[in-house]
Amino acid sequence: MENNIVLSAKGICMTFPGVKALENVDFNLKKGEIRALMGENGAGKSTLIKCLTGVNKFEAGEIYLDGIDGPIVNKDTLDAQRKGISTVYQEVNLCPNLSVAENLFIGREPMTKIGTVNRRKMNEMAAKLMKELDLDVDVTQNLEEYSLALQQMIAIARAVDMDCKVLILDEPTSSLDDNEVAKLFVMMRRLREKGVGIMFVTHFLEQVYEVCDGITVLRNGTLVGEYSIEELPRVKLVAAMMGKDFDDLASIKQEGSGDKSKEPLVIDAKGLSHAGTIKPFDLEIHKGEVIGLTGLLGSGRSELARAIYGADRAQTGTLKVKEKEVTIKNPIDAMNLGMGLLPDDRKAEGIIGDLSVRENIILAMQAKQGIFKKIPMAKQIEIADKFIEILQIKTASRETLIKQLSGGNQQKAILARWLATDPDFLILDEPTRGIDIGTKTEIQKLVLKLADEGKSVMFISSEIEEMLRTCNRMAVLRDGAKVGEISGDDLTQEGVMKAIAGGGK
Amino acid sequence: MDKLKKITKMKLFLPVFSMILVMMINVVYDIASGNPPFGFFSISITNGILYGRLIDILNRGSEVAILAIGMTLVVSASAGTDISVGSVMSLSGGMCCMLLAGYGVTNVSNYAVPLWVGMLAGIAIACVCGLFNGFLVAYMNIQPMVATLILWSAGRAIGLLLCNSNIVYVRVPSFQFFGGYCGIIPTPIIIAAICVAVASIVLKSTALGTYIQSVGINKKASRISGFNSAKIILLCYVICGLCAGIAGLVATCRIYSADTNNIGLNMELDAILAVALGGNSLGGGKFNLAGSIIGAYTIQAITTTLYALGVSSAQAPVFKAIVVILIVVIQSQPVKDYFKKLSAKKAVAKEVA
Repeated sequence: MENNIVLSAKGICMTFPGVKALENVDFNLKKGEIRALMGENGAGKSTLIKCLTGVNKFEAGEIYLDGIDGPIVNKDTLDAQRKGISTVYQEVNLCPNLSVAENLFIGREPMTKIGTVNRRKMNEMAAKLMKELDLDVDVTQNLEEYSLALQQMIAIARAVDMDCKVLILDEPTSSLDDNEVAKLFVMMRRLREKGVGIMFVTHFLEQVYEVCDGITVLRNGTLVGEYSIEELPRVKLVAAMMGKDFDDLASIKQEGSGDKSKEPLVIDAKGLSHAGTIKPFDLEIHKGEVIGLTGLLGSGRSELARAIYGADRAQTGTLKVKEKEVTIKNPIDAMNLGMGLLPDDRKAEGIIGDLSVRENIILAMQAKQGIFKKIPMAKQIEIADKFIEILQIKTASRETLIKQLSGGNQQKAILARWLATDPDFLILDEPTRGIDIGTKTEIQKLVLKLADEGKSVMFISSEIEEMLRTCNRMAVLRDGAKVGEISGDDLTQEGVMKAIAGGGK
Repeated sequence: MDKLKKITKMKLFLPVFSMILVMMINVVYDIASGNPPFGFFSISITNGILYGRLIDILNRGSEVAILAIGMTLVVSASAGTDISVGSVMSLSGGMCCMLLAGYGVTNVSNYAVPLWVGMLAGIAIACVCGLFNGFLVAYMNIQPMVATLILWSAGRAIGLLLCNSNIVYVRVPSFQFFGGYCGIIPTPIIIAAICVAVASIVLKSTALGTYIQSVGINKKASRISGFNSAKIILLCYVICGLCAGIAGLVATCRIYSADTNNIGLNMELDAILAVALGGNSLGGGKFNLAGSIIGAYTIQAITTTLYALGVSSAQAPVFKAIVVILIVVIQSQPVKDYFKKLSAKKAVAKEVA
C-alpha cells in the first residue's frame, strides 16, 4: 500500500432496483486523516459506506486495507470490524433494551474462566470508557433511558473502543447539540493523532471546515473529485455537490416578517404539561405565524410540541384551538382539529418502512377520513404523484418501499403525508435534520409559503440561522420549561444564544 | 423467458406453486399405480352429492381456511400468533350444543332453544374470547403467545365445563345441515367461501388493510399519523375470535356433537402454518390473505394425499412434516437469493455468448 493510505476503494459499482446507486467510485483515506464525504441526498454516500463495511454486496470494484494483501471482502459489518473498519450510522443502530455496557461490548464481552459473561468486569470497563470520553452515563441502565444524542455518543464510543484503523461516521452530529459536537471533535482529533483514518459524513458545512483535512465529493452516484481542504472553499464545495452555482440559503429573506399578533389565535395553550417531560407552559400562536422553538437538545422542545399534539397526552392545563376549548387524547383528535406533526425521529415515528411511498403519503389523510372511507386508488395515485413532483422526491416509482429511499427523501415523503391533510397548524420537529442544502432551502421556502397561505407553523430546529430565516417569533426552552419568548429586534443569533444560555449569568 | 420471470416474481407464485407440487404428487402416484392419471381431479355426482378428492380437500379444509383469515390479520397487526383458536373453536361448539340441548342433557333430537340462539351464543362467546386476547395484547402489552396461552389451556376446559364433561349430541337435521350438504355441495365449503368473500370485500372496500399493515410495521409512527394502534390490534383479535367461532360451529355440526376434547385439537398450528405457507412473514407487517387461504387448502391437500397414498393416520404427521419443511424452505430468503444468483449467472453467460 502506497504513501500512508489506510483504506482505498477502486471502481465501486452498485445498483438498486431501478437506480444506479454507485458508478465507478474511488475513495482513498490516509492514516491520521479526517476526510469528509460530501454529497446531496441520494448521491450515494450511505451506499458507499455500506459497500465498504460489507452491508451491501457491490457488483464491481475492489477495496484495499492497510496491512492486508490483496483486495478484501467483508462478509458483514462484524467481519469489517474485525479487519479494522468500524462504523457509526446516521441512525443509532444499537439495542435499546440492553444496558449501555452490554451495547458497548456486544459480540466481544469479557469472559470468565468458565465461559460466561463477566458482567462486573464488563461494567467496569464500560464505566472507564465513558469516563475517558467524558460522558455522564450509568452503564448498567438500559440504553433507551438516554436521549438520542447520548445514544449516538455511546455508539461512537463503541466504535472508538474497538481499536479500529478506519472509523466511518455517518452523520454522527445530526442529533447532537453544539456542546456535544465539540466533545465529538475532541475525540476525533485524538483518534487522528493515533493514526486512525476517519471518514466523516455530515450536512453541516462549518463542521467540515472545522475538523477535516480532505473532502471527497459524490454526486448522483459518481465521484466528482477528491480534494484537500485548502483546494475547496465552501462556495466551490456547494457548487461541486449540487453541480451548479451556489444558490445560497441567504436568498430566502424574510419579507414582511412582521407582527402577526393582530391575527386571530389558532392555538392558545394555558398551563399545559406532561409529567416528566415538560413543565406547565402558556403559548399563543396566531394565524399565519411561524413560531420557532429553541433551546438545547433535551430542553423540552419536542416535548412541548408533543403535548399540544397529544402524542404525549397533556395532563394539566387547557388548550383552545381556534378559540374553542378542546381535549386532545390522541393524535387523531389533534388531526381532526387541523394539526399535523412531523416527528424528529424519522425511523421510529415517521416512516412505515414496508409500505410504499404512495401508501406512506396518503396515510394521515386516510386516518382522518376513517376506516370506512377508503381513498380510491386513482385518487391515491394522483395525490402521491402530485407530492413526488412538488417536493421532488427521488424514488424509482411511487410503489417503491419507502425504506429503500435515502433519508432526506423519506423526510420529504413524510412531509408530503402532512401536506396532503392540508393542516391549519403544522408542527415540524427537526424537518431538515440530515438533509442536504438544496432540500433544506426548499423546506424553508415551503414553511414561508404555508405561512403566506395563512397557515401556522411550529418550527423546531437545532440550527439557529435556519430558524432566524423562517420564524416570526421564538419560544425559548430550558430544562423542560418554557422560559421566555423572543420577537422583533431581539431575533438575532446573539439574542437567541443569550436567551438559550439564560441571561444574567 | 421474460414472461416466466414475471410469473415467478408474483406474490402468490410460491404458495400456488406449492399447491401444484402437492397435486403433482397425486398425479404421479395415480400413474404409477395404474389409475387414470387425473383421477385426483375427477369430480362426480354420486348419490346426489359431489364426490372426489378435490371436493374432499375443499370440504375438510374449510375450518383451517376460516381460521387462516383471522390468523393472518392477527399476525400482521401484532407480529404474534393467536394460539387459542383451537380451544376457542371447541368452546364455541360446546356453548352452542349446551344451549341447544339444555345443560346436563347429552342426547337430544329436539332443540331446547331456537337454533339461531345457540349458534349466535357460540359465536358470541368466541368473540368475547377474541376481545379478551386482544385486550391483553393491545392494552396490557403482553406478548401475543403468552396472552393467548391462557385461553389455549382454559378455553377447552370451559367448554368441557359447559357440557358437564360429556359429549353432547344434537341429532337434529337442521343442525347437521351446516356440517353436511347443501344440495350437492358440502355446506362447509359454502360457509368458508362466504367468509373468504366477506373478508376480501371488507379489505377491498375499506382501509382496514392499510390500517392493520401500518400498525403491524410501525406502531408508534401509525399513532402519530392518527391511527389508534391499540384499537386496531384489538379489532384483529376479535375478528380472529369470530373466525374461530364460525370454524368451531362448522366442526361441531360436522359430527353433530360437542366433543370438546377433540374439536379444533391442534388446529391453531395448522392455521399458523397456513399463514406461513401463504408467504406471510410471522414478524408482522404486510400480509397476503389469498396466500393464507391457499396455504390452508395446501395443508389439507397434503393430509388427504397422504391418506390416499395409504399412509396410516398415525404415520401421516411425519410425511406432513417433510412436505411442510420442503415448502417452507422453498419460500425462504436464502433459497430465493440462490435462484436469483443462478439466473443472474445465466444472464451473464448469455451476454458473453
